[in-house]
Amino acid sequence: MSNETPSTESQAAGALIQPADNKFTRWLSTVLADLGKNGIFIALIAVIVLFTILTDGILLRPQNISNLIVQNGYILVLAIGMVMVIIAGHIDLSVGSVAAFIGAVSGVFAVHWGLPWWLAIVLSLLIGALVGAWQGFWIAYVGIPAFIVTLAGMLIFRGLALVVLGNQNIGSFPTEYRAIGNGFLSGLFGESDPDIFTLVVGAVAIVAIVVQQLRTRAGRLKYGQEVEPIVWVTIKLVAVAVAIGFFTWALATYKGIPVTLIVLAALVMIYGVVMNRTVFGRHIYAIGGNRHAAELSGIKTRRVDFWLFVNMGFLAALAGLIFTARLNLAGPKAGDGFELEAISAAFIGGAAVQGGVGTIGGAIIGGLIIGVLNNGMSIMGIGIEWQQAVKGLVLLLAVAFDVYNKRRSGN
Amino acid sequence: MTNNILEMRGITKTFPGVKALANVNFNVRNGEVHAICGENGAGKSTLMKVLSGVYPHGTYDGEIIYAGEEVQFKSLSDSEAKGIVIIHQELALSPYLSIAENIFLNNERKTRGLIDWNKTNFEAAALLKRVGLKDNPTTKINQIGVGKQQLVEIAKALSKEVKLLILDEPTAALNDEDSDHLLDLILSLKEEGITSIIISHKLNEIKKVADTVTVLRDGKSIETIQKSDVTEDRIIKDMVGRDLEHRYPDHEPQLGEELLRVEEWTAHHPQDPTRVMVDSVSLNVRAGEIVGIAGLMGAGRTEFAMSLFGRRYGSRISGRVFMRGKEIKTRTVAEAIENGIAYATEDRKTYGLNLIEDIKRNISMASLRKLEKGGLVNDNEEYAVANEYRASMNIKAPNVLVKTGKLSGGNQQKVVLSKWIYSDPEVLILDEPTRGIDVGAKYEIYTIINKLAAAGKGIIVISSELPELLGIADRVYALSEGRITGELPTEQATPESVLKLMTMEKPR
Repeated sequence: MSNETPSTESQAAGALIQPADNKFTRWLSTVLADLGKNGIFIALIAVIVLFTILTDGILLRPQNISNLIVQNGYILVLAIGMVMVIIAGHIDLSVGSVAAFIGAVSGVFAVHWGLPWWLAIVLSLLIGALVGAWQGFWIAYVGIPAFIVTLAGMLIFRGLALVVLGNQNIGSFPTEYRAIGNGFLSGLFGESDPDIFTLVVGAVAIVAIVVQQLRTRAGRLKYGQEVEPIVWVTIKLVAVAVAIGFFTWALATYKGIPVTLIVLAALVMIYGVVMNRTVFGRHIYAIGGNRHAAELSGIKTRRVDFWLFVNMGFLAALAGLIFTARLNLAGPKAGDGFELEAISAAFIGGAAVQGGVGTIGGAIIGGLIIGVLNNGMSIMGIGIEWQQAVKGLVLLLAVAFDVYNKRRSGN
Repeated sequence: MTNNILEMRGITKTFPGVKALANVNFNVRNGEVHAICGENGAGKSTLMKVLSGVYPHGTYDGEIIYAGEEVQFKSLSDSEAKGIVIIHQELALSPYLSIAENIFLNNERKTRGLIDWNKTNFEAAALLKRVGLKDNPTTKINQIGVGKQQLVEIAKALSKEVKLLILDEPTAALNDEDSDHLLDLILSLKEEGITSIIISHKLNEIKKVADTVTVLRDGKSIETIQKSDVTEDRIIKDMVGRDLEHRYPDHEPQLGEELLRVEEWTAHHPQDPTRVMVDSVSLNVRAGEIVGIAGLMGAGRTEFAMSLFGRRYGSRISGRVFMRGKEIKTRTVAEAIENGIAYATEDRKTYGLNLIEDIKRNISMASLRKLEKGGLVNDNEEYAVANEYRASMNIKAPNVLVKTGKLSGGNQQKVVLSKWIYSDPEVLILDEPTRGIDVGAKYEIYTIINKLAAAGKGIIVISSELPELLGIADRVYALSEGRITGELPTEQATPESVLKLMTMEKPR
């Protein structure tokens, strides 16, 4: 075994030494390098194409596309927090239990106590953050590995969820509360089919993405940085526009924009900026890359760790609310296995096991891949047992591919 | 016809985009100590990896004749089976296993399929005796120092019936005493008939042990010199490809006011608070001044710096720190940086750099707040800043998006220095700033240090290399057993006089 790896390495190395002497080959090599970096995107497309074929096109029907978002929203919310935790070199096994606990607590607030729906939501999120602070305290300030603390948390909060539920399900939630899991925005510009409002939002999103990309590129050019060839950027932007356009059209011909999608889009934008453009986000990467170096650079690593888990608790609470709202029921089995799906999403999306590497976008796409697998296999009538096995295999192969890729590039 | 144990002929090894070795010829006589010199990136380690099968046969061009026959190693175990053992710079020992277990790792002493512990420990003890180590073979590796660990590696090599021993910078992490012991051991192994290849940056030790020296530069073998013809100047000239008249750039100190003053700094061992590691150290540095701290390994140099810099070392720390006459606190790293202190660590890879991140983000790591506008980091500005440092510090990389893990030691150190200079400190503490860096890059680092001093910064240099300290510092403190044992202006200091202070023992 150990003999084979280096020799394939050198073959790959040999293939790479071709000189890029003319403009086209240079262009091609940029494109290939970019595609290599965004292999996860291609994987998502491949999975979609595969299941579109296997399901005779059912996968891409408007109703199913809408379902895909609504059914996976809470996993994607968790994946955002999880990838941040993983980048810093930790893990959180407790998010499923925390989601269940918060779902139960929100049930007490909104159903048993009859608090206004918004107050129930705000209080629940706050308790989620407190749960995160509890775990963050042990991890950051006492120095217990996150694996242990959150393993304990997994048991503690599952237990507390059962205590709060007191042996019964809590249900039927107020309509407004249920909207975060089930609701759709549509018809704000009048009733029509397809819904004009949805289409307008889609168009705005496309324009915003194009403008943002071109502005970033212009900024880089101004500072004399290397940028991708404009032709390639255009191709990519057109592809993105077509994808969003198709997606919006599908939503518009069904019920409109799911509220979950709006929450999710807002989170992706906010956390994308946090991770790339704020000092806090940069510190997370620095800590994950080399904790000692980060400490010796004056980064308050404990504080960053602490807030990371507060944030994870908050997002776990939000996921719990979305799930509860969707089922219109807070039950003891809620959130079962969520942590594993969120962790898988982060790793499929390119996060490194050792920390320091990963992106919010990658985790979302990783989560979508899992979602499409779940959804596609369900449509095909494949049983839950095989779904589990297939998902496990995909996780393994994704990380193996990542490891192989890194070894080839000599990291 | 020859008495060469090894002949490597026309070795060429290519990596994507780079020719690491170009038609290298390298011959080693039976029973000699053969040194390989060269700047970082010259191809020394690559050549040894080709020889030992880390790069298997077929991935390089050329042929290897070992003990009279052509060999085609597919892996390390192939070459070890023939008696070629390589000891890497980063030791490959398992910290929680005993010395004996490490020695016979993957080569266990067995009786009827089960490990025979009596045999293991008995044979280990015999090997330890050969390398001059008196420790018990059942001692855990993490209980002994780096110097002894290096000897354990050699004992391990001996257990494999080594004929050709390759040592990659064996003394890089050792103090003078341990280095001497190691070099003597290499010479005594030579008398037993073991041939050694030693890769080293340290020219004086090469002169001490090597019978022959081969110099590599840019992947080519430049020349092979016999012992009688070896001079430091000749080797340096071969390594850098030009005459290096002055190894240290001229420095005319323009002394200003006192910047940093430390009074009675004391720190205890972190696990054992009764042990005093830094004992009432007082020192000062003025604007434009380069102050050296000389001390043997374990004298408390790094312990002093790390305890001062945000209490990253030690327990029960006491003492006072002043900056420009005003007392400051340095209880956290952030506080120390805020008060104008920067500390570049002796261990770049473990404590200095985020190796999986690019040059740009490493440079900005300690000063992200400076790039923050309206809550967001301006990454274009960050790029521009990094590019300025790439130019002014002469960091050799195609752009600042290169991961620091891919840079050579000298360029990594320039990134670390850039990071600290960008944090705009008053005083920079540089711990072993040129460790593991080749001669050409050392000169550049010295020039940077001089420029910083000329710009009015106060510099404290900690170094194990006395000639280096005397070459660049204006004033030297000697440290022994955690205490300052003397202070000398450099013009009055000789290596002998400083060494005497460095080895001065506590009156008992």
